[in-house]
Formats: sequence, structure tokens, C-alpha cells
Amino acid sequence: MLPTPSTSHVCFDRVYEPAEDSYLLLDTLSSSTESAFLSERFLQSTAPPLVLEVGVGSGVVLAFVAANARSIFGRHDILTLGTDINSFACQAASQTVSTAVKDEEQHEERSIFLDIVNGDLASSIRPHSIDVFIFNPPYVPAELPDFSRHTDYNAVPEGKTKTSFEQDSYLLELSYAGGEDGMVVTNRMLEQIPDILSKGRGVGYVLLCAQNKPDIVKQQIRDWGSGWQAETVGTSGKKAGWEKLHIVRIWKNDD
Amino acid sequence: MKLLTLNFLTCAIKTCKTNASSFPLHPRDAELEIQEADVNLPFLKNILPRLMWEELRTICKELGLPDLPPTPPTPTDLISGGNSTDTTEGRTQAEQEPSQTAKDLHRVLLETCIQEGKLVCGCCGHEYAVKEGVANFLLPGHLV
Repeated sequence: MLPTPSTSHVCFDRVYEPAEDSYLLLDTLSSSTESAFLSERFLQSTAPPLVLEVGVGSGVVLAFVAANARSIFGRHDILTLGTDINSFACQAASQTVSTAVKDEEQHEERSIFLDIVNGDLASSIRPHSIDVFIFNPPYVPAELPDFSRHTDYNAVPEGKTKTSFEQDSYLLELSYAGGEDGMVVTNRMLEQIPDILSKGRGVGYVLLCAQNKPDIVKQQIRDWGSGWQAETVGTSGKKAGWEKLHIVRIWKNDD
Repeated sequence: MKLLTLNFLTCAIKTCKTNASSFPLHPRDAELEIQEADVNLPFLKNILPRLMWEELRTICKELGLPDLPPTPPTPTDLISGGNSTDTTEGRTQAEQEPSQTAKDLHRVLLETCIQEGKLVCGCCGHEYAVKEGVANFLLPGHLV
């Protein structure tokens, strides 16, 4: 088992706390099948792959990938970049990832952590620059929060020293509430994937829950066009014979 | 935020993405900070083909940093003694020392950070704020 990065500095009142879904991503990315797939797709002789996680939250998943690049990719020289809509998550995750990378003993073999930017999904990412995309979305079927308050709630209020309770609740809602079928945010993200993934080698990992109807989602991805693939590569939380959480790998085979 | 990050970012407004002038974003009123890190020579050699060199030169110029050479260095340029007649063959990766060129590139890409300031789109002119090293790409409602 590879070590889980420390998130002890993160305030979980306003940043999503690592939970079963986060750990399923760690387990899946470091599984023997996925590390074999990734090592073969990103051979040492090719340019360093750029890993983007959207909605990093505490940063535990991105930090895990950054600190365990050698085990996952068979190479250490990967780049990691994150985004989150919550500015407090950006600050927290930045610390999580840089600490995890610094804790690596081999100075010469550290991966390169770029930054966490505060943004909406992958809207600020240069087209076709992402090699590995990771997304643990707000997937719970629950009403979306009212975004009109976002600018006010995304910083410590002026003249105050800390966030309000309403503000914290709003910021946490952003991390889990996914609207109808829990798919409203995920669908917006899926739309951007063909534009951000690098041509020829880009691959995405998206977490879904059973209420998101993973089989339908996978079929929709395959319908993007010739070569697009979507397969479940990790599951957890068996409940009455069906899996509660799925990790879907999305990639394109060039014809 | 590191200057290498700017190699992978663009304007968040959809209609700008197809316009070449939306990349790179132009730093303005930037306060820079040097955050020291160990030189990672194998990484520097491998990242060369991914760098948008002309755009990186533009960013450095706009920040008032020393000029980058007109063409990107080769992997050999990054190894100390790499251009001398004394061949580097036979030396293992671990024995190679970074050249001044490698150290300079490392300083620009990974140690020079924008702590405060703005990033401006060359297409629409929208300004994205950078505060405490974090760039904010969230758009006001009417631009989404």
C-alpha cells in the first residue's frame, strides 16, 4: 500500500474531507492494471505527462499521484496541476501537494507540482494539453447551490477574520451537490474533455455513483465518435449486488 | 504561481480559445517571488519539447526578466561541459551536472512565481487576478 498524503492542515468546515470516493481514486490509480496501462501509455522516452485534477478539494488525490509517480507511471518526471472553484480548497490543496512532493526522499526523483488555480472546471486550461485528467465530481443528486453568492463566499468577508457558517455550508455544497441525477456538473465537465485531452495519449478518470447511471454515461462517451472508449476500472461499496461508486476510464484509441 | 504553469493556461472565455492571441496570458503589475527548489536535470531535459518557447520568451520580456535565447536549448546544452570536445558519453545520468543554461531555465520555469498581479487575455482583454500566488479564473455571471 502506498502512503496516503497528509491533510491534517486542512479545515474541513469549508473544504471536502477525503472520504470513500477519494480513497477509491487512490486505489484505482495505483492498481496494477492502471499503473500498467499508464506506464505503457506514457513511456519514459516521451515528454513528461501533465496530470490535471479538477475539483481538488483537500488535494489528497493529486498529492498521492505527485508523490507516487514512480509507482503509478513508472517514471518520476510528471507534472501536476489542479483547479477548484473554492479558493480555500486551492490554498489547502497547494500545501497538501507541495508537502507530499517534498517528503519524497530522492531529491533527484521528485515530480513537478505546478499550481492549483481557482476556476470553473477546466475552463482556463489550454486545449489538448492534458495527458491525465482526474475528476471526483459533486455527484450527489441534490439541488445545486446558488452561484450568485459565489464571489462573496469565495473569500474571508471584508473586515472579518473568519468565514461565516452560511459561507462554509455553501462551499461544502459545491463539493457534493450535483443537481438532477447528480450529473449536472459532471455533464458540463464531460463536454470539455475532448477539448482538453492531448491528442493520441490523453486519458481521463471520472468517479460516478450508482444514481448517476454509469452505464448510460459510458454509452454517451462512446457515442462521442470513433475511437472513444469508456470502461469501469474501479468500484467500491457493494450494496445489494450493485456497486455504489465507479471509476470510469475515458480514452480514445486512434484509428 | 509558477511561470511554467502559464504554458498550460489560456483565457477562460469560450470564444477566445480559438483565437491565437488568447495564449499566452500576459502578466501585468506582477509581484514576483523566488521560491527555491532543487534543480531536476532529467525533468528539464524532458520538458523541452513541451515548452511554447516563443510565448515563454514573451512572458519573460513582459516581466522584465533577462532575455531567453531566441531558440530553445538542446538537452546537451543543459549538461555542464555538454558542448566541450570532452565527450559526455559514458557518464551516467546521475553523474551529469546542470549547466548555467539549465540553472537559468530552472529559475525561470519553476522558481519564479507570480504572487500578486493580473493575467490579461490578449484577445478580449479580460484581467484575471492573482492573489497570494493563486490565479482566479472565475468569470462574472454575464461572461460565462
